[in-house]
Amino acid sequence: MNAPDTALSRTSSDSTLATGTSHDSAAHGYNFAYLDEQTKRMLRRALLKAVAVPGYQVPFASREMPLPFGWGTGGIQVTAAIIGKEDTLKVIDQGSDETTNAVNIRRFFARTTGVATTRRTAEATIVQTRHRIPETPLTEKQILVYQVPMPEPLYRLEPRVAECKKLHALADYGLISVKLYEDIVHHGSIATTYDYPVIVNHRYLTSPSPIPKFDNPKMHMNPALQLFGAGRERRIHAIPPYTPVRSLDFDDHPFEVQKWQHACALCGSKESFLDEMIVDDAGTRMFVCSDSDYCHERRGDSDIESPAPLLPTARQGESA
Amino acid sequence: MTPLLSARALTKQYGGRNGCRNVSFDLYPGEVLCIVGESGSGKTTLLNTLALKTEADSGSLHYTATHGDTLDLRALSEPRRRLLMRTEWGFVQQNPRDGLRSGVSAGANIGEPLMAVGARHYGEIRRAATQWMERVELDATRIDEFPAAFSGGMQQRLQIARNLVTGPRLVFMDEPTAGLDVSVQARLLDLLRTLTSTLHLSVLIVTHDIGVARLLAHRLMVMQAGEVVEAGLTDQVLDDPQHPYTQTLVSSVLPV
Repeated sequence: MNAPDTALSRTSSDSTLATGTSHDSAAHGYNFAYLDEQTKRMLRRALLKAVAVPGYQVPFASREMPLPFGWGTGGIQVTAAIIGKEDTLKVIDQGSDETTNAVNIRRFFARTTGVATTRRTAEATIVQTRHRIPETPLTEKQILVYQVPMPEPLYRLEPRVAECKKLHALADYGLISVKLYEDIVHHGSIATTYDYPVIVNHRYLTSPSPIPKFDNPKMHMNPALQLFGAGRERRIHAIPPYTPVRSLDFDDHPFEVQKWQHACALCGSKESFLDEMIVDDAGTRMFVCSDSDYCHERRGDSDIESPAPLLPTARQGESA
Repeated sequence: MTPLLSARALTKQYGGRNGCRNVSFDLYPGEVLCIVGESGSGKTTLLNTLALKTEADSGSLHYTATHGDTLDLRALSEPRRRLLMRTEWGFVQQNPRDGLRSGVSAGANIGEPLMAVGARHYGEIRRAATQWMERVELDATRIDEFPAAFSGGMQQRLQIARNLVTGPRLVFMDEPTAGLDVSVQARLLDLLRTLTSTLHLSVLIVTHDIGVARLLAHRLMVMQAGEVVEAGLTDQVLDDPQHPYTQTLVSSVLPV
């Protein structure tokens, strides 16, 4: 459904929509941020524990959300638990604000909370993300919420959940090196390029969700709070601000991030994570920034940024 | 000399039956002790109890660690138990597929115990794995093949390499030569004898094969119905068996 976007600035929402008593522009019949207060309380407890023990996977009672598992149910629940009326939300999927997943989740929160949404990383207070960390450095005032498909980094190596828990409890992480060893054997270098395992705060082995390993260094000592929600696996983990995060490696095969010989075809950036796009049937390729906001910002075109304000009529038509 | 492993009145039973009863012995450094007996005599139960794979019902079990401390194994906490297994012990399973990780290459199988104790240098792990493949007479060029690509006897040797790579002091073996054909058995036994003597290993071997005991063991324990019926030096027990069961066992070996 190509529904119009609901990236409303707060001023426009006040002027175009009827102001209610509690949360003015939120949809009727829903609690603020969709989830009921008891669920949010349960989530917040899990989040507090996760922040207190960086990298530890806290179980929580994941709720059924109005989208399938694997589409970001964990991230949505975490965002719903922490979002407030004063927040500004940005949602990205593979770095882009314009993909289906990002558009729909952003619209979901715009509807159920009425908070302002944005595409600018710098303006957001909460950034929900799938598969990327924004290129623009985050600040202490921001929270990054990850959508996590599989929080257990040992999953492929040790199928027994009870044994995995024991290995985490005893910090017995020899097994994960076997995975890296096998990478070097088969590919000549550590070929894991996404979901690259990290040690958080010198203690817990953690899966950073499928972000490219390019983004791993950004997690280290990041001023923003990083929360990870896995809806299907019912686990929450967190990296508090300014927490050391070390990517695993061998002494003679140190951790390295991807490098490109190209610059972004649109903005010319040589530092950002590039996506390779095939643009016509002849197989012409183009490398562009995966982070759409960063790319727009660098090109200085702000008009693409601001979508047309949502008309009340369109909204009614949609909900009918 | 202080014994490396010392068991006193060790009992492990399943609902008051079977298992092993009232086993006492001392194992000294560098000694190979063989536990022989018929099927169901409690050999493997005893071995698993000694290796802390199953919890003993009663009795005491002490181990002298590298730094000279005597550890009460039955009271040891789980982290220390695991550390001991990683650093000072090895366990060779009867079926190599139980002791190997089938999803990773031979080199990773040998290197895994090293990585578990903190090796973080790929080149060195690989060098150690190559060396050990040569020591157990495997073709070192096959280091990147999966265990399934090796024959049964080779897998068993791979498992032995994996267990010895960390330089353990005590190795438990549960019928290491069972299920192998006779010529492969002979080579494996030869290899084991060389390794145990050069590495000064203490070994506890469970077997039902008197030939294995004769070739490898310094001392022998004969078990029947969960109890040790006779123990002593290998040649002494086999050449001059005292207990009726041992006499039957020795006389039932087919002459070639």
